[in-house]
Amino acid sequence: MRVQAQIEIAAPRGAVWELVTDPERYLHFMAGMTRWEVAGDRATGLGARYRTLMRVGSAEIGGLVEVVEWDEERDLAWSSVTGVDQRGRWRLRAGSAGPDSTRVELRLAYGVAGSGILGWVAEVVAAPTVRGHLRRSLQQLKRQVEHEQLRRQAAARRSGAGVSATSASRSSGSPRRTNGN
Amino acid sequence: MGATATHNGHSENPVGDGRLRSEDEPRAPSLPGRLARALAGQVTRRIPPADLDERDPDYIRESLPRLWLLSSLYFRGEVRGLGNIPEHGPVLLVGNHSGGNLTPDTTVFTLAFSAYFGVERPFYQLAHNLVLSWPGLGFLRKFGTVAASPGNAEKALRSGAAVLVYPGGDHEVHRPTWESDRVDFAGRRGFIRLALEHDVPIVPIVAIGGQETALFLSRGESLSRLLGLDRLLRLKVLPISIAAPWGINVGDFLGHLPLPAKITIEALPAIRLRDEFGPDPAVDEAYDYVVRVMQETLDALAEERRLPILG
Repeated sequence: MRVQAQIEIAAPRGAVWELVTDPERYLHFMAGMTRWEVAGDRATGLGARYRTLMRVGSAEIGGLVEVVEWDEERDLAWSSVTGVDQRGRWRLRAGSAGPDSTRVELRLAYGVAGSGILGWVAEVVAAPTVRGHLRRSLQQLKRQVEHEQLRRQAAARRSGAGVSATSASRSSGSPRRTNGN
Repeated sequence: MGATATHNGHSENPVGDGRLRSEDEPRAPSLPGRLARALAGQVTRRIPPADLDERDPDYIRESLPRLWLLSSLYFRGEVRGLGNIPEHGPVLLVGNHSGGNLTPDTTVFTLAFSAYFGVERPFYQLAHNLVLSWPGLGFLRKFGTVAASPGNAEKALRSGAAVLVYPGGDHEVHRPTWESDRVDFAGRRGFIRLALEHDVPIVPIVAIGGQETALFLSRGESLSRLLGLDRLLRLKVLPISIAAPWGINVGDFLGHLPLPAKITIEALPAIRLRDEFGPDPAVDEAYDYVVRVMQETLDALAEERRLPILG
């Protein structure tokens, strides 16, 4: 079963990328996620591995995943090594308001190969919960990124006001709040 | 399917049968005995050897979705505190047991454990001999269910596995429904000795809800003694319950349709007996301690529960 959710965030792609590549912060915005733990030497980047668990129904489900695709500020995909079969992807693209906004798509395909018809039923039954987790994750991600964006802009304004005109002009773009989705 | 352990005896009743014949033929008083021994021998032969190799991670993995359906939709399972189980190494999981011959707590916990730690982590469940010899329950061995014997427990723990035991066994699963919120191990202290001998932590697994899947009336211990089942099959009970779809259900030999009672399970912080009681703990003291800790948790879970079955 493949579920996905998307949202538009009023921040440049770099700001979103920073969060979705930092394993330390996954539990801060991923809804239903009870574990996202670095396994091995690499904390991030291609080949990084994480132990993941997501609460769905009566169990916490997940397994070891590995980052299999890493396209700076564009795509981050992972695939399961152990546990249930899963393939996830962060897809960041320019939003409707140009480079200052980002369209974020979060996809998750999951299942257990060889589990037969009841396996399929279980996937369908779990889908609304998983989709809900993804949606709420994106909303929380948006809130965090935009909040940080505002703070960064405010800080830049404060320091920029007395120092130089260039940084002031950079931050003068009004901190816009998009209530997309 | 998922609902698991059968703790009970054979449906044919050799002794009752034999008694009739012995009235007809008073010179062959050994006939019932012979029949019974033959049956017991049959059962013993069916018990698979102590084989940890039967566990099949692929099979478990492929079963997870259907266990998940059963556990999430039917029993609305809720499992807390899995983080209390040490991540690595041997551990003795000690549970209270409920639900007659079909014990939903095992189903819910096995799913939760296998999903949480992954099917790669070796995990064995000790079960009554009859569970493993019962026709149609062979699949349990693939889940890692092995006959409850000191040998098996020892092998499993020495291999570094997590081992789930239900000391109360058949005595506890058939306790009356109104004793639902009582931990009743019948004084069986084997698990304490096991933990001490192998120096492994004990993690108590406290479950509630299983005893509401039918109306359990009596263990029928005297009935079992009367029929000699205790000596022949290590079966100390012949339970009587009101259960779907049978109505009055004696023996629970064919199982029953468990009511969809909400199952809540809590794993408690690990108990390391030597840390708790010094280098040479007294078995009785340790036993009382573990049972008390579990009873307190069960009390809290019972307190939390507002309605039977619904949870």
